[in-house]
Amino acid sequence: MDFAASLKLIAPELLMSVSGLVLLLVSAWVGDKASRAISVAAAVVLGACFFLVAPAVCSGASGPDTLAFGGQFSADAFAGLAKLMIFAAGGAALVIAPAFFERFNAMRAEYPVLILFAVLGMSIMVSARDLITLYIGLELNSLAAYVLAAFLRTDDRSAEAGLKYFVLGALASGILLFGMSLTYGFTGTTSFEGIRVALNGEMAMGALFGLIFMLAGLAFKISAVPFHMWTPDVYEGAPTPVTAFFASAPKVAALALTMRVTLEAFGAQDDAWRQIVIFAAIASIVIGALGAIGQSNLKRLLAYSSINNVGFILIGLAAGTPAGASAMLVYLAIYVAMTVGGFVAVLMLKDENGNSVEAIADIAGLSRTRPALAFCLMLVMFSLAGIPPLFGFWGKFVVFQAAVNAGFVALAAIGIAASVIGAFYYIKVVKVMYFDEPADVVKGESDWAHWALLAISALAISPLGYLLTPWLGNLADKAAAVLFLGV
Amino acid sequence: MIGIEHYVVVSSILFVLGVLGIFLNRKNVIVILMAIELILLAVNINLVAFSAFLGDLTGQIFAMFVLTVAAGEAAIGLAILVIYFRGRGTIAVDDVNRMKG
Repeated sequence: MDFAASLKLIAPELLMSVSGLVLLLVSAWVGDKASRAISVAAAVVLGACFFLVAPAVCSGASGPDTLAFGGQFSADAFAGLAKLMIFAAGGAALVIAPAFFERFNAMRAEYPVLILFAVLGMSIMVSARDLITLYIGLELNSLAAYVLAAFLRTDDRSAEAGLKYFVLGALASGILLFGMSLTYGFTGTTSFEGIRVALNGEMAMGALFGLIFMLAGLAFKISAVPFHMWTPDVYEGAPTPVTAFFASAPKVAALALTMRVTLEAFGAQDDAWRQIVIFAAIASIVIGALGAIGQSNLKRLLAYSSINNVGFILIGLAAGTPAGASAMLVYLAIYVAMTVGGFVAVLMLKDENGNSVEAIADIAGLSRTRPALAFCLMLVMFSLAGIPPLFGFWGKFVVFQAAVNAGFVALAAIGIAASVIGAFYYIKVVKVMYFDEPADVVKGESDWAHWALLAISALAISPLGYLLTPWLGNLADKAAAVLFLGV
Repeated sequence: MIGIEHYVVVSSILFVLGVLGIFLNRKNVIVILMAIELILLAVNINLVAFSAFLGDLTGQIFAMFVLTVAAGEAAIGLAILVIYFRGRGTIAVDDVNRMKG
């Protein structure tokens, strides 16, 4: 494949990196008063990339025509679908930020630029078909994310969140990298295809260690148990728009990357990674559900909820079938809508001085003071719990269906039992909002952009979302099929 | 004769030292930054040794990328540390505990 064709395949990434650099120059030149304009420009860039990627997703692109730069980068339907979710989540993070940061006089022009670079990194991650591409994408995303976590630099909690995220994120990258070096050493190649070919048959001990280290590093990034301990602290401490971003886009990217590494690179050794994935799935579901019960802070609660949800998504990976991979993508799409909706609702909880309200006790009786907001938050909570008329149920349903069809009945049964435990804390929030005496703390006005985004995500997770299932399922099936071409 | 396994043993020891340095150190966040560098250097030894052993240049190119990213990572880590110190006036690991639960 010649160079021009490769450049054409990476057009969305090129657009993002060039416009990111230009916007960075503009922000250095004009300063913070241009922050709103830069946010708009960054959102337009993400929108343009969305439309650049969409055709490949709709047509189910796969095969050698989608490989750029000698197979290091793949612009196939799988990467495309993940990118669409990432761009949507990144756009949401841009839209909700100005109203939040202007309250603290902290809306600086770097924010949209950092989001753009983080999205670029994630976009490279999901397209990676080589360990080097993988590492560069992952680090581009992580380095931008560390800064974003500490963005509210006068706030102690934000700086602490940035520090914790940095230390544990760097450790995770180190572990992942050590795994990659062992994999390279024992297979003699860094390309996913080459690794797959080299690992046909008996796997060397060193390659097994490489796989284990890589999975441990990836588990950090998707915050699966036993590498989840940073999640509640970082989600609580980071500014809420950034938390909304962390809980949605990087999760999609890291999970898509995990799927590529396990199903493509280590696809011939699925017995080796399946036990690890099953353990991580069950442990994430159980610890996510149990850990959330004692929480009094809404952002911490949503952090445990995201650990819990990652567990459910990993059940689809444990199945290891095209149906399982497709179910994971469907669940991820629904999860992004639920998470963005949840954090936007938290963002809209403000007291009379405009300060954020995060304690669950403070939203008591919200249904009487702010009925619309309480209703949307209730939709999000019921949807996260997977209660049937809402769209969150569909995600759990397809994942369990894939697991049962692949013969993992016990795994699905444990998942269903744990989701009942999980329902307890989601319903507790609804009970506090609807049946407790009003605490009368939430008084502040909300920005129109927040209302618009909350309305969109509430609509997507409402029973109306089921209208999307044939379309979403079709796209996810086509995308998942890409990962199983080598089989 | 020094073979590939010696290099892997040395890099594994360095890697374990780095990980222990992050978890056992209770004093100073700067030490954590040094431990992270140690981990990345262990990886680089691995990559270069495997590259020489396999007669394949990819590993050395990979090591170049790792070095570059490590420099960026250290810069960002120190920047975050400066912000943290400004707010709290300490960088002792035991004091990084505003959030718990």
